[in-house]
Amino acid sequence: MIKLARGWFIVLVVALSISLFAGFFLNAYLQQILFFVAINVMLAVSLNLVMGFCGQFSLGHAGFLAVGAYASGLMSLRVPLFPDSLSYLNFPIYALIGGLASAAVGLLVGIPSLRLRGDYLAIVTLGFGEIIRVLLLNMEIVGGARGMYGIPGTTDAISCFHAFFWSGTTVLLIWRLVHSSYGRAFLSVREDEIAAECMGINATKTKVLAFVVSSFFAGAAGSLFAHTTNSLNPASFQFVKSVDAVIMVVLGGMGSITGSVIGAVIVTILPEALRTLQGLPAVRDQLGTVDLRMVIYSLTLIMLMIWKPDGLMGSMEWTKFRRRRAARG
Amino acid sequence: MEELVQHIINGLNLGAIYALVALGYTMVYGVLQLINFAHSEVYMVGAFSAYYGAHFLRLQANPGWMAFATVIGLSVLVCLALGFLIERLAYRPLRGAPKTNVLITAIGVSLFLQFSGQVVFGADPKLFPQVLEDYPLMRIGEIQIQFFDVTILGTALLTMALLQYFIQYTKTGMAIRAVSFSSRSAVLMGINVNRIIMVTFFLGSSLAGVAAVLVGLKYPKIEPLMGTLIGLKAFVAAVLGGIGSLPGAVLGGLVMGLSEEMVVAYLSSTYRDALAFGLLIFILLFRPSGIVGKIKVEKV
Repeated sequence: MIKLARGWFIVLVVALSISLFAGFFLNAYLQQILFFVAINVMLAVSLNLVMGFCGQFSLGHAGFLAVGAYASGLMSLRVPLFPDSLSYLNFPIYALIGGLASAAVGLLVGIPSLRLRGDYLAIVTLGFGEIIRVLLLNMEIVGGARGMYGIPGTTDAISCFHAFFWSGTTVLLIWRLVHSSYGRAFLSVREDEIAAECMGINATKTKVLAFVVSSFFAGAAGSLFAHTTNSLNPASFQFVKSVDAVIMVVLGGMGSITGSVIGAVIVTILPEALRTLQGLPAVRDQLGTVDLRMVIYSLTLIMLMIWKPDGLMGSMEWTKFRRRRAARG
Repeated sequence: MEELVQHIINGLNLGAIYALVALGYTMVYGVLQLINFAHSEVYMVGAFSAYYGAHFLRLQANPGWMAFATVIGLSVLVCLALGFLIERLAYRPLRGAPKTNVLITAIGVSLFLQFSGQVVFGADPKLFPQVLEDYPLMRIGEIQIQFFDVTILGTALLTMALLQYFIQYTKTGMAIRAVSFSSRSAVLMGINVNRIIMVTFFLGSSLAGVAAVLVGLKYPKIEPLMGTLIGLKAFVAAVLGGIGSLPGAVLGGLVMGLSEEMVVAYLSSTYRDALAFGLLIFILLFRPSGIVGKIKVEKV
């Protein structure tokens, strides 16, 4: 409990300092990027819980992001909780609702599909992700193919604090979960399901737990997404979005929360940095408007798997560095 | 009634194409236990090479069987080469690596081909050249059978028959069957497993090449992302029939094509893509080994 409280205090301080920095020094464009860093960190860390720690390959993370985003967006348009002067108090509640909606869907998807393994699971989660998107496309209440517009939300300092507070909380809670006895169960299921069952671990229950927690945080990230972009469209939650999340996890290292954070930061910032490259006249004449981002991503993915399958961090965490330095000094 | 028969004919056509692509998935899965996500992109590249080949050789000017055969040959050749490269450069270095890593690589290869396809071919859809002319072949009452219906079904069946002959009656075919039965014992029998895996990629990719031209005839709009959906549906078809089984893939493809046609005809076309996944989830939950597959018990 004390560790949790201490962790939360650190999260609070970090979120506060980032948002103050953003509020004073960054323009709207950089603030927007910062927001996406927060969202992608949540996405990557939550996916890593399922993929890295529990060993279950999921390709439908964008679906959960979509559920959270749409639930939260719909809620904010139909049921304003607080008056305008206190509108900032709304967002944590919306995020919670988005997360809960997504967790419910995660439970519904997880129970039947987590009985499958490996590549079958990957395909089924991909299928569920696509089904969620097709359903959203056909639902009139959320605008169908036109999408949903006019969702309230800003990218100012207070919202930034909110985003990073959620993001930090995600990292903290998943960190605590992974280092608890539940975390041991996740790892044992990842290493050998049959052996884990022999040790009295209910493998299906463990996997569903990881899946539901993961989809909760993905849903909360979706809520942040909805209130940052102010409009939603089913096209933003395609398969490619799930692959984005997978790349963040794999790049950082499956089974390392630190790695996922680093992976998410890199994958968010790199295309923005490359944008100047794509703006160069020579490159633009060659390629027109084609997005080089995905070509680079996919090539990175292949090369990573061939030469450095552990990613940047492997299964190491930042605490390892600290301890090593302490031992040396 | 006539309408129903017409839909069945269309569904069979679509199903035959799915079956051709599904065979590629199922064969690679048989020897490698890997879902070759890049297979759908091999198919896309096949369509584009046929497109460029036909333009380069000006085949549109005199359509006919010769043009049709040339285009298929071109597409098959390019697909062969691509399948070889993919296996050699991306999958072979990972032989023996954890399954998740190979799977991620497969997804990586697929995305890489899709998006470099957009860079090389351009993202806008192109019109597939008509290397054969379509005309109504015969009418039975209200039912109209087009020349293309017969061509597509006929070519698909011929290809499948050739494949069946190769797998069942040649020495290499026997080796493929041995490897997919158990690659470890196949090695002990003196079979060069790496070579057999390569041959399997050749076969699967060339089937995708044939399918690409057939689709180009029927639905003449091609684009770099055209492979994704048909690939997924064909994969579902392979699972539906029982992955690793050749007759299963054909059966699964036909069921898939027919049911999709029926959903579009009698329900709503917006759900046609969700159908594939719904069907897949249903099958995996209730009969994961597919229609003809055997149920395997996992042992420690």
